[in-house]
Amino acid sequence: MSNELKVPTMAELFAAGQQPEVLFWVGCAGSFDDRAKKITKAFVKILNKTNVSFAVLGTEESCTGDPAKRSGNEFLFQMQAVTNIEVMNAYGIKKVVTTCPHCFNTLKNEYPGLGGNYKVLHHTQFLKALLEEGKLTLEGGTYKGKRITFHDPCYLGRANNVYEAPRELIRKLDAELVEMRSCKQRGLCCGAGGAQMFKEPEKGDKDINVERTEQALETKPEIIAAGCPFCNTMMTDGVKHKEKEASIKVMDIAELIATAENL
Amino acid sequence: MEYIPNVLFTLILALGIGFFVRNIKKLSRNIRLGKDVDVSDNKPTRWKNMARIALGQSKMVVRPIPGILHIIVYVGFIIINIEVLEIIIDGVLGTHRIFAPLGKFYDILIGSFEILALLVIIAIIVFWLRRNIIKLKRFFKSEMSGWPKMDGNIILYFELVLMTLFLTMNGADYQLQQMGAVHYVEAGYFPVSQFIAEFFDGFSVSTLIVIERVCWWLHIVGILCFLNYLYYSKHLHILLAFPNTYYGKLTPKGQFKNNDAVTKEVKVMMDPSADPFAAPAEDAPMPEKFGASDVMDLSWVQLLNAYTCTECGRCTSECPANQTGKKLSPRKIMMDTRDRLEEVGKNMDSNKGVFVDDGKQLLDNYITKEELWACTSCNACVEACPVSIDPLSIIMDIRQYLVMEQSAAPSDLNNMMGNIENNGAPWPFNQMDRLNWKTES
Repeated sequence: MSNELKVPTMAELFAAGQQPEVLFWVGCAGSFDDRAKKITKAFVKILNKTNVSFAVLGTEESCTGDPAKRSGNEFLFQMQAVTNIEVMNAYGIKKVVTTCPHCFNTLKNEYPGLGGNYKVLHHTQFLKALLEEGKLTLEGGTYKGKRITFHDPCYLGRANNVYEAPRELIRKLDAELVEMRSCKQRGLCCGAGGAQMFKEPEKGDKDINVERTEQALETKPEIIAAGCPFCNTMMTDGVKHKEKEASIKVMDIAELIATAENL
Repeated sequence: MEYIPNVLFTLILALGIGFFVRNIKKLSRNIRLGKDVDVSDNKPTRWKNMARIALGQSKMVVRPIPGILHIIVYVGFIIINIEVLEIIIDGVLGTHRIFAPLGKFYDILIGSFEILALLVIIAIIVFWLRRNIIKLKRFFKSEMSGWPKMDGNIILYFELVLMTLFLTMNGADYQLQQMGAVHYVEAGYFPVSQFIAEFFDGFSVSTLIVIERVCWWLHIVGILCFLNYLYYSKHLHILLAFPNTYYGKLTPKGQFKNNDAVTKEVKVMMDPSADPFAAPAEDAPMPEKFGASDVMDLSWVQLLNAYTCTECGRCTSECPANQTGKKLSPRKIMMDTRDRLEEVGKNMDSNKGVFVDDGKQLLDNYITKEELWACTSCNACVEACPVSIDPLSIIMDIRQYLVMEQSAAPSDLNNMMGNIENNGAPWPFNQMDRLNWKTES
């Protein structure tokens, strides 16, 4: 298996007169954050392996505006949104997949009102569909019997009622899925949402990611699975805070699958 | 002479209902101070939500113990009100147990009222213990001291007294029936109050009539007082839960509304044929204020939310910021909104219906910036609310005001937004480097 990733851009395909089935929206974290870039690559490896016809916007992609909107800067959000929508509509994009629940939520829910209508999927939904269509096969092996707990990203779970897709994938890896005491609808936030990722927390007696990590540790997991680059950062920091990084890994669902498939 | 009780009763009833109507009018006027929003869509879904969430109490049982106890009190409240109907008719006409001719059905009715009344008393005692002895954490947050704490207990005492009066009245009535007292027709089945009746053994008919009448009067007057207490209390939820769940948010929780005023501005900016130097027309209205700094900037649904809140604190106990000791409490956001709205309402009352600027607003005078900036927008509060209140929407509207009208974002967030403006990412990376990950090992 060659290590080279095939990542066509929309511009390239457009020049060649081709139209991919789906746009992979990488997002800012997926593009620039060192930890999140690994998730991006893991997902691309799966896309390459399953021969999915996709493309990225590359340098034509820009922040969806989510952190600006949650901070209260509606103007900046809408400027970002209409710019992105102009680019995506120009390419005639119909379907978008993203590894970031914040991008997912914004593209899916807040872009239609501004003229951007796409079918938007979170990568766990997309992977589940590949599995159901038989394009992706998963064999237990690597994670068989391992205790994995899934941390629900707020913007995937409560915000959009997607709880089952990531869990289904973990089960398909033959892993033992263990739930935290607050999960699904009652899942506790990792502390990054609402633009908190980009500021110091307000005064309190504890950091939210530590609280959430403690809940995760109660399940005695070998792996904490996440579906969001920001949750991933927060939980990784939490595990480090608890000095458990030697025994517990924080991994994205895409990474679990890529590793299980030796990609 | 013999009509004095009927007349007195009718007067008290009219007075009680009159005051209630007056309060409801005030309530409705205050809610209408909010901005108009179109919530006329999706009627079938809205009715279904109301039936499921308010009538069916579906979200109460997420926490089973208080949920089931609450259902008992709620069912008791609704069903026992059928008895109130009989009491009102009896009171106006001077009859006694006018529904008695229903026979067997009447027995079943009275019997079930009694059992419910007993269950309600038990539930209320448990509620009281949770508030005062077990001291559940969510009832002891900082916003719950003073009046809110007292309000919670007053409601419980009210209900306890009403149920006790109801059962005592029935007990005395039952004893009178046994003794064959005139006017006291043998009717009804008294599975609970027959035990109270045992205490009345050896009481004279006249004493029993006094007991029965006193309980009867206190019970109905108590109900009318309670009805009028609602407006001043968190207990308004027994009425407002229904409209509030009907008008609750239908879109995904993560979808925050796009501000139309901003869309207009953005469209002008993006329009290549727009004249950048165009002055606004002479008669152009003042541009709309972005976001909210006071209750009048919120929508009427958000104001209805505030009056509906019964301060149960489920939102606050699920809030990640509150759980980790931050100042934010979604319940306090709702309580502050109501308190400020009441203040605005009183201001209007004393100024012939016109609001006179009092130099105060919801932001800063009630809700501090520290609370607002602690929110992670995780929607846990929205999910937790058993009556579809959305504290998050208020937090976001005020943040919008802070950032767009006052440029008062925390400096870290200003940096983040500056980055998005300059290079299309919240961090200072060049947009041209967005695809570098592809070739990095």
